[in-house]
Amino acid sequence: MIASLLLCWPFAGPTSGGPDELASADDVPIAWVGARILPVVGPEIENGVLVIHNGVITHLGTLDATSIPASAEVRDASHLVLIPGLVDTHSHIGEPSGADASAPIQPEVRVLDSIDVLSSGFMRARAGGITTVNIMPGSGHLLSGQTVYLKLRRGKTIEELEVARAGGAPAGGMKMANGTNSRRDPPFPGTRAKSAALVRERYVAAREYLRKLEAAQGGGDAKAPDRDLGLEALGEVLRGERVVHHHTHRHDDILTVLRLREEFGFRVVLHHVSDAWKVAEEIARAGVPCSIIVVDSPGGKLEALDMSWGNGAALEKAGASVAFHTDDWITDSQLFLRSAAIAVRAGMSREKALAALTIEPARMLDLGDRTGSLEVGKDADFTLLSGDPLSVYTQVLETWVEGKRVFLRSDERDRLYALGGRGAGDDFEPRSCAGEEEP
Amino acid sequence: MKPIRAPLALLLFAGVGAGQDLAVRGAIVHTASGQPIEDGVVIVRSGKIAAVGPASSTPVPSGLRLLEARVVTPGLVDAHCALGLAGSLNYAHDRDELERSDPIQPELRAIDAYNAREPLIAWARGLGVTTIHTGHAPGAVVSGQTMVVKTRGDEVAGNVLVPFAMVAATLGEGAVAEDEGKSPGNPAKAVALLRSELVRARGYLEKKKGSEPPDPDLGLEALGAVLSREVPLLVTVQQLHDVQAALRLAQEFELRLVLDGACEVYDLLDEVKRAGVAVILHPTMLRAWQETKNASFETAAKLKAAGIPFAIQSGYESYVPRTRIVLFEAAQAAAHGLAFEDALRSITIDAAKILGVDSRVGSLEPGKDGDLALYDGDPFEYTSHCVGVVIDGVVVSETPR
Repeated sequence: MIASLLLCWPFAGPTSGGPDELASADDVPIAWVGARILPVVGPEIENGVLVIHNGVITHLGTLDATSIPASAEVRDASHLVLIPGLVDTHSHIGEPSGADASAPIQPEVRVLDSIDVLSSGFMRARAGGITTVNIMPGSGHLLSGQTVYLKLRRGKTIEELEVARAGGAPAGGMKMANGTNSRRDPPFPGTRAKSAALVRERYVAAREYLRKLEAAQGGGDAKAPDRDLGLEALGEVLRGERVVHHHTHRHDDILTVLRLREEFGFRVVLHHVSDAWKVAEEIARAGVPCSIIVVDSPGGKLEALDMSWGNGAALEKAGASVAFHTDDWITDSQLFLRSAAIAVRAGMSREKALAALTIEPARMLDLGDRTGSLEVGKDADFTLLSGDPLSVYTQVLETWVEGKRVFLRSDERDRLYALGGRGAGDDFEPRSCAGEEEP
Repeated sequence: MKPIRAPLALLLFAGVGAGQDLAVRGAIVHTASGQPIEDGVVIVRSGKIAAVGPASSTPVPSGLRLLEARVVTPGLVDAHCALGLAGSLNYAHDRDELERSDPIQPELRAIDAYNAREPLIAWARGLGVTTIHTGHAPGAVVSGQTMVVKTRGDEVAGNVLVPFAMVAATLGEGAVAEDEGKSPGNPAKAVALLRSELVRARGYLEKKKGSEPPDPDLGLEALGAVLSREVPLLVTVQQLHDVQAALRLAQEFELRLVLDGACEVYDLLDEVKRAGVAVILHPTMLRAWQETKNASFETAAKLKAAGIPFAIQSGYESYVPRTRIVLFEAAQAAAHGLAFEDALRSITIDAAKILGVDSRVGSLEPGKDGDLALYDGDPFEYTSHCVGVVIDGVVVSETPR
């Protein structure tokens, strides 16, 4: 008890700024009234109402057509814009690590074993309106490990932020890469063909592992194979339980991913996809979603030289599913909305660009039924903005995850992570203590 | 071949001449020297601005090419970058921004490493950037010289405004040698190396005045120009104590100091103001980590409030983006407390003043170079486009970007 109190911010008290709200959020419904609401799924609502209770959205509609529960705490949200919490399919906040230099393919490595959830990156993401992230290991390997999907609840352990998939294990994907990042001296591949061969060999091994497992389960003489953590994780990929998040840039590397997918049947999201505009039709025809990055200028390496702000527009036109990602620290989580706005500058529709920050990435993480849009019954994950989401002058005022506020711009400590300044680069204080303890 | 060649040559010649005369009309013309002009007109003759004023009193002569846009600004001035030296690939063959063979090399000239055809220059130009202060990147105690150049042309010749603008230095963690065992191994040693070299340069200048002048030394000549206040010393520093170290050095050697980067300058505003030092502030969206971890979106607004002359730079990234764009960096400052006009000035006239080129560029005034940027809306809005760029009266970009 004493130790946990010592962890507290010395000036924190139950009445200071916003954190006290953490306690009240579950008790009574809260209704935001008068906002311009962009549900993403469904039309924009002028003068709208959003009601949340027990962590989920209970009412949504126009002010004159929506009944607000009598017990609700009503908040004036006129002049504010309400959008779903943003979903980032590709982030490196929390100083994560993954596979080491010992081998090019390491599916047994879990990023969740390495993440500092108190690092400032988490607060910056909340300050950017992000409510869900996929934290990934790097792209210097053909396969650098298991990724983890997190809701940005304000916890101090990763378990408090995890999302359970069917069966209870923490949800996540598998990070893979091709092209030039994963080419190195042996045992890493030296060429693109070798890269594909190494991956193919492991998929074949995993398929065999699964076959033996199934045979053993079927009774008879078949013996189960010795447990292999790597093949087990790759088996989850082959069974479609774990989505591959595939770093890829050059047009032919993109098509190589599609070819491997055709052969082994895994589910995949293409990431970065610098050359997307060159093979947008092929991507759309394969029905494979893309999570793209928007950087202020092209290049950094040959395979990213043709990166275009028009990738979003090209993929939209071809009919492919598009999301954006921060790749934080490549781009800043605080400014995630900016990626969509720049894509609109280059021809993407406003509707698809907003969907690409919310429902599309949520679907790519298999969380589309829980988050990514404002719909009754979904998690109360949303962001309150001072203005239009695509304007540079708009500020993220509040971010809510499952009915609890996780960022409040007017709170002095939260504000530090929205604006920067002395201390903004340091770990933040856990808040689930003392007067801020949840009931 | 002859009959074809002659008219072509004539056409080309005529094209250059005609391109230097044009008129630009904007629903709003931000001159960066006075109040914005509603429905304004800028007339450019022979590459120079001939007239600026409201359309009602500034008639466009018939036959003059007319460009029109919602918003017109001066061509943007990037106060500090490594464009032309740091290439878009970031491979050895286009990575010329930093020579690591020695921590102090003031003899390295920007002009000798500048690739005018580097695609990143065209990228920046297409978004409105017409003048850049570029050169050797931060990362060595003295990395080399900088220059001021227009973003037009296939060759550097003819486009340089100032061939030797400043000597670029770095202190703090950013100056520490990458390889273990190499000097400087820490920030204190970096200051010691720079002080020692400045002392040596002072001795060199003394000797030059004497009866037995020393053998010429290109490095000491360049540092001598700093000591004799012909050019400023541009010192890239981020943390509070490193900014203090730079101020200390400037006082000791009576240098013209320009602070560069200066992430934590917000905690030292009085001292910087008292020292009369200008700040070329880091890009607003600078990656906040390591010695820049305390960077703030609000620093530009704080410098303005304190009355400290400053400009916003696109800076230098060792990874990606290969270049930032000052338009976007100023936009972010405008979204965080800096007034629109002040944000625009930080990438036009205020930048030009710090670089000493304000008699040529940075504002729309008669007699200045015909450098303009045209936008279809608020230039700072993410979803606006740069729809035209003019340098010396020549249209260098018309593709909406």
